Amino acid sequence: MDASSKPLNDKGLQPPASAYFMDSRKQTPETHTLCVIVDNEPGVLARVIGLFAGRGYNIESLTVSETSHEKHVSRITIVTTGTPNVLAQIRSQLERLVPVHSVADLSVIGNAIEREMALVKVAGKGDKRVEALRLAEAFRARVIDATTESFIFELTGKVEKIEHFILLMVPLGLVEVSRTGVAAISRGADAMKV
Amino acid sequence: MPQEMSGAEIVLKALADQGVEHIFGYPGGAVLPIYDELFQQEKVKHILVRHEQGAAHAAEGYARSTGKCGVLLVTSGPGATNAVTGLTDALMDSVPLVCITGQVPTHLIGNDAFQECDTVGITRPCTKHNYLVKDVNELARIMHEAFYVAMHGRPGPVVVDIPKDIQFAKGKYIGPTNIQHKTYRPQVKGDQMLIREAVEAIAHAKRPVFYTGGGVVNSGRKASQLLREFVKLTGYPITSTLMGLGAYPASDPQWLGMLGMHGTYEANLAMHDCDVMINIGARFDDRITGKLDQFSPNSRKVHVDIDPASINKTVRADIGIIGDCGHVLEDMIRVWKNRQPTVDKQGLKQWWQQIGTWKSRDCLRYRHNKDIIMPQYAIERLYALTKDRDVYITTEVGQHQMWAAQFYKFEQPNRWMTSGGLGTMGYGLPATVGVQVAHPDALVIDIAGDASVLMTMQEMSTAVQYHLPVKIFILNNQYMGMVRQWQQLLHGNRLSESYMDSLPDFVKLAEAYGCVGIRCEKPADLDNAITEMISVNRPVIFDCRVANLANCFPMIPSGKAHHEMLLGEDVPDDDAAPVVSAEGKVLV
Repeated sequence: MDASSKPLNDKGLQPPASAYFMDSRKQTPETHTLCVIVDNEPGVLARVIGLFAGRGYNIESLTVSETSHEKHVSRITIVTTGTPNVLAQIRSQLERLVPVHSVADLSVIGNAIEREMALVKVAGKGDKRVEALRLAEAFRARVIDATTESFIFELTGKVEKIEHFILLMVPLGLVEVSRTGVAAISRGADAMKV
Repeated sequence: MPQEMSGAEIVLKALADQGVEHIFGYPGGAVLPIYDELFQQEKVKHILVRHEQGAAHAAEGYARSTGKCGVLLVTSGPGATNAVTGLTDALMDSVPLVCITGQVPTHLIGNDAFQECDTVGITRPCTKHNYLVKDVNELARIMHEAFYVAMHGRPGPVVVDIPKDIQFAKGKYIGPTNIQHKTYRPQVKGDQMLIREAVEAIAHAKRPVFYTGGGVVNSGRKASQLLREFVKLTGYPITSTLMGLGAYPASDPQWLGMLGMHGTYEANLAMHDCDVMINIGARFDDRITGKLDQFSPNSRKVHVDIDPASINKTVRADIGIIGDCGHVLEDMIRVWKNRQPTVDKQGLKQWWQQIGTWKSRDCLRYRHNKDIIMPQYAIERLYALTKDRDVYITTEVGQHQMWAAQFYKFEQPNRWMTSGGLGTMGYGLPATVGVQVAHPDALVIDIAGDASVLMTMQEMSTAVQYHLPVKIFILNNQYMGMVRQWQQLLHGNRLSESYMDSLPDFVKLAEAYGCVGIRCEKPADLDNAITEMISVNRPVIFDCRVANLANCFPMIPSGKAHHEMLLGEDVPDDDAAPVVSAEGKVLV
């Protein structure tokens, strides 16, 4: 079909176009957990986050801390979503960053342990308060602060467990949540290359 | 015992130890200590530009024409922000640069001090790596690391931001031999198994094509020689991206010309119909592939790239080899020679016959005119009159750039400097400054457009100051020609703001800068005028008045694949609108 045969717009003009080629993405997105070992130098986190922002990748969760003080090496755990192509690209792009030592896709390795910690503040009185405490016990959450009107629970576990717990706390007087993001490590004796 | 010296001395000492002979720059408050050191030494020569963007492009031209690292020195704040376009350009086209920026004193960082900007923040996404130096004792290491990072792996720009107090502070110097980067070790040697597999696939091809890119040029002169050797060994056809021109000689019968949006018919159809594609040092850029889902649908693809992120980025490689083009080509040639494969002679013969049919379309043909200079003709004559000289060509961005790529034939690498990835109008003029500094006796020509050249025209003043006899050959059609071409094809011929009806008199402008101005308006006068331009040993601005409405063909219109190219003969210049499909128009 020619451009000339395309309907004119409401101003009686041919609609505009562009010379960029697009292709539709047909793959379905997946959620993966990446571990990135980096030199703990100023700006390194900005490089990693800037890469995600600049190239349009998603960050679901991000956890960072120095894991070797002598070597000044940090471990960044990122949960991200994307199509398999995009996930492979994210990995390659991360590996290109100069201060990055190594990148592992724990979801591809497939046997990783993932845990998150949450601090959950719940306020209320009477039955709701009792119910919150009972549920907390069922979830093996610890009470780390209490007043006559509130609790702060400390809960560790898989993301799904924490999500579920928070959902249950909503009708019982959920006030505030602080979550660490996911920390992840592969099972067995092997370690990530530093 | 390491010597104690000031930060500014460390910078100059490091540059000298890295073998840097020329730097391009512009002084300002936050780099004055370095300029003071510069004044007191002889080893590093400084070229004073007129705008920091010019310094960056000049350093790019210097780097691309020599294979060395380009260096620029700018001040904080506006000095750094002005350099950003050049840094981005260098990142996109993989040009090794080290950019030293001054910064406000450490205690003022973050205070919104005079001429302060967050240089490392601003340049983080447009450099390969950058550093803010906070301790003078780290400065020598960082300087040497910057050169290492810029030059190794896929080359790119590196910024070293040095606060003024660090430039004054005393610290220890260490030489480049004592430095090893902690983590950065790009893989240069390709996987031998994959190389054997690739050679096997190449040997069994019936309709092969080499598709090579800037990676071959970046890999060094030896890589270009190895490419020639391998292409000759196989007898296969070869095409190249804009960035790779010159790596393979354009006069060779196996050469198909450039591919891509404005590439030749035969190159693009060979890409579309091939059964084995051998990509060496190119990155499947969107100007090359056209519509991705119809890109070379039936081929096995071998992709050699030093950047792992380029492999499988847009086009899936059947055999992806991470490594330096030179190293991989060397291994491929060795494996090929050991194996002594028998290629499919019958199949190849048919393939070359097919290519011959495409070639006979003569896709670069254009309408000659006795009274008006056709832009294609201008470049053909420029080529004919300069090809036997020691010549380097730069360009700006637009139609003239594509015509230069189509009609100027390159026999050697490092002779062609153009802004490919970023498409920076204003690249070519400052780039000639850098090229001419590196090659004082060569003929250095910027094939320019009237719109682009005005973006960095101020660098003529630099050329005059340093007696750099650069030639600015402007194809003046009084339009932003490529913008107009797209408006004709994609925006219903509504020529919004693409006409320049108040251009300067380029001859008088040349005289105002203290260089030579030449104007040519008739085809019959062109040869003499070009000869005059060449013979003048001073900077020249050549105002070549060309047909105003000529358009650049062949072209892959938007939304189309390689085999749906548009040839010039299909499109009357004044009626180009109805050739892009409705589907194509929907695309972004």
